[in-house]
Amino acid sequence: MPNLSPKKNPMPSQDAKVRRRNFGEVALGYTEQMALDEADRCLNCKNMPCVSGCPVGIQIPKFIQKVKVGEYEEAYRIITESSSLPAVCGRVCPQETQCEGKCVRGIKGEPVGIGRLERFVADYHNENSTEPPKKAEPNGRKVAIIGSGPAGLTCAGDLAKRGYDVTVFEALHTAGGVLVYGIPEFRLPKAIVAREIETLKALGVKIEVNTVIGKTVTIEELMKEQGFEAVFIGSGAGLPRFMKIPGENLKGVYSANEFLTRVNLMKAYRDDSATPIQKAKKVVVVGGGNVAMDAARCAMRLGAEGVFIVYRRSLEELPARREEVEHAQEEGIEFRLLTNPTEILGDENGFVRGMNCVKMELGEPDASGRRSPVEIPDSAFLLECDCVIMAIGTSPNPLIKSTTKGLEVNKRGGIVVEEGTGKTTLDGVYAGGDAVTGAATVILAMGAGKTAAEAIAKME
Amino acid sequence: MFEILEKRALNPTVTLMRIAAPAVARKAEPGQFIILRTDENGERIPLTVADYDRKTGSVTIIFQIVGATTERLNHMKVGDCLHDFVGPLGRATNTADKKKVCVVGGGVGCAIAYPVAKKFHELGTTVHTVAGFRTKDLVILEDEFAAVSDRFERMSDDGSWGRQGLVTNALRELIESGEQYDEVITIGPLPMMKFVCKLTKEFNIPTVASMNPIMIDGTGMCGGCRLTVGGEMKFACVDGPEFDGHLIDFDEAIARSSVYKPFERAEHEKVCNLFREVQ
Repeated sequence: MPNLSPKKNPMPSQDAKVRRRNFGEVALGYTEQMALDEADRCLNCKNMPCVSGCPVGIQIPKFIQKVKVGEYEEAYRIITESSSLPAVCGRVCPQETQCEGKCVRGIKGEPVGIGRLERFVADYHNENSTEPPKKAEPNGRKVAIIGSGPAGLTCAGDLAKRGYDVTVFEALHTAGGVLVYGIPEFRLPKAIVAREIETLKALGVKIEVNTVIGKTVTIEELMKEQGFEAVFIGSGAGLPRFMKIPGENLKGVYSANEFLTRVNLMKAYRDDSATPIQKAKKVVVVGGGNVAMDAARCAMRLGAEGVFIVYRRSLEELPARREEVEHAQEEGIEFRLLTNPTEILGDENGFVRGMNCVKMELGEPDASGRRSPVEIPDSAFLLECDCVIMAIGTSPNPLIKSTTKGLEVNKRGGIVVEEGTGKTTLDGVYAGGDAVTGAATVILAMGAGKTAAEAIAKME
Repeated sequence: MFEILEKRALNPTVTLMRIAAPAVARKAEPGQFIILRTDENGERIPLTVADYDRKTGSVTIIFQIVGATTERLNHMKVGDCLHDFVGPLGRATNTADKKKVCVVGGGVGCAIAYPVAKKFHELGTTVHTVAGFRTKDLVILEDEFAAVSDRFERMSDDGSWGRQGLVTNALRELIESGEQYDEVITIGPLPMMKFVCKLTKEFNIPTVASMNPIMIDGTGMCGGCRLTVGGEMKFACVDGPEFDGHLIDFDEAIARSSVYKPFERAEHEKVCNLFREVQ
């Protein structure tokens, strides 16, 4: 008899009043008892709608059946058949629009907590297993992966499991891409990312940090001189966008990329880090995506007295995950919706002292179907602040494109690829993730890495 | 790990280091930079490539001891290893097709100006160099500049080296005496570059200035190194570090460079005290 409770087992988490001032993980994870109880809510549907919602196609009911009977290692093995980063996905995937969005239990109640179960299984394995993963029989074929974010790591893992000799090149000093520089510690502890990368290394994946492809070495050299028969470009999103309003170069204005990199990669929140960051009193974050939520919540944890999200549409249109918005609200972050900045103001020393804004209202739906915001006349007001973080997206990085002849990009600068294979306009060169699509999610990037790995494995 | 192969004090506050970094040495060109970290909690700092040797696989950096990281770096010895060393980053100086150039360096900026002057010299370009320092004790690379310059103007604030005066005094004299330059390349403190560019603008001489703003990743991701050039936002790490000097908003760059000054001073003091205690 399945567990017929209409509600998911709630996720134990740090109290909002406490966690808003520390960088410890917010969600603490299911206990074994909770996991067993939640697994019992799965109806083990024959047609598995949840699997169709997973960009990497994890056999969800199959792994949950193993959780039900306490065979957690077997559940882990089933997940890793499809995913190279289970502990990461269990934490940061937008399950509500993917697997859980398709769950039958969601029709008359809450879906099965698939993400929470995935996380439980991955954490159980990481805590209890000492057995190294089995290396595949080498097939003698070399593949280079550019970028060690979710797309690159997935592609690397999938190819290593097929016996390929895989080398991942990373520009920064630590592997993980957005998982280490972008997503904060309190959502995704860096020790967990490091652990997932160790697992890939145990599968035989080599990781070369401090290597900027296009500068230290080019794609052509990798293929012609170093014997790589295929290259996967998963170099991620690029340069931050700004609004082109006055005052964006004042002291105290950050891009979300810079702010988050200082905090997450460089650990500027810790006393032993040599990297500085401004400890602002009132912080305004412009934008409404997950990156904006991450930046706002980091600013709060750095000790800000007030943190504001300024977004030009309404709550309904916020592109961030509902859960992230709720977490941010619980932590005291104030939402100034239907508000648009027009100018950042500086004091006599060139530091931010405030931001001029106007109120907006929603007009007719635009081409994307979203109602476009329209300025309300005479609604200007001043929002006082000493720090502004622009979280309004990125443009693709020009480095690889400018150093790789024949690699076609679209008018937004994203690399052009063939649907279903990730093949670029260059022979043997594949691409996926934000470098192709512009800023998207971890799991979509992983899906693209997986697709490319399959296509590379089919190469003659 | 990147071993320190050679270390030499060029003056009391400026140090030269030669680092084993074959992959960087293979590609480095004048005008480009590297990013290093001394240890695993260290910050990422950009330093312009001062020289490179493709055969031995080494890259030379020259740095002024100004903050915590350069203080730590200066306490490292030959045989020690830097934790990280990545590059070459940024675009190389465009040294093609120029008959005569004037390289204007100030202070530790001369360390970056030198490889540019050397490259022009190797290409057969006539090189005039104007170098300026506060005082004689701070002079670096005098013999090196002399060897690659067809004309070498030495300037110091107090007159203890060469002539007393600013680099702009010497540059103005050269221009007014009829020297015709295809380009002026200026590398040094921001206020100096600002006035060099102001001067060459007067005479309509194309001028490039090498910018060294605050940076983190150095690969076109964080946007910390942004500056305004000709009214547009540019990123020094991928669009630069050299820009048309007549279009750079120097006042903004000067303001932005000071954002972490109080933090840097405090950190530097902490590190100095730490080393004092150790001794």
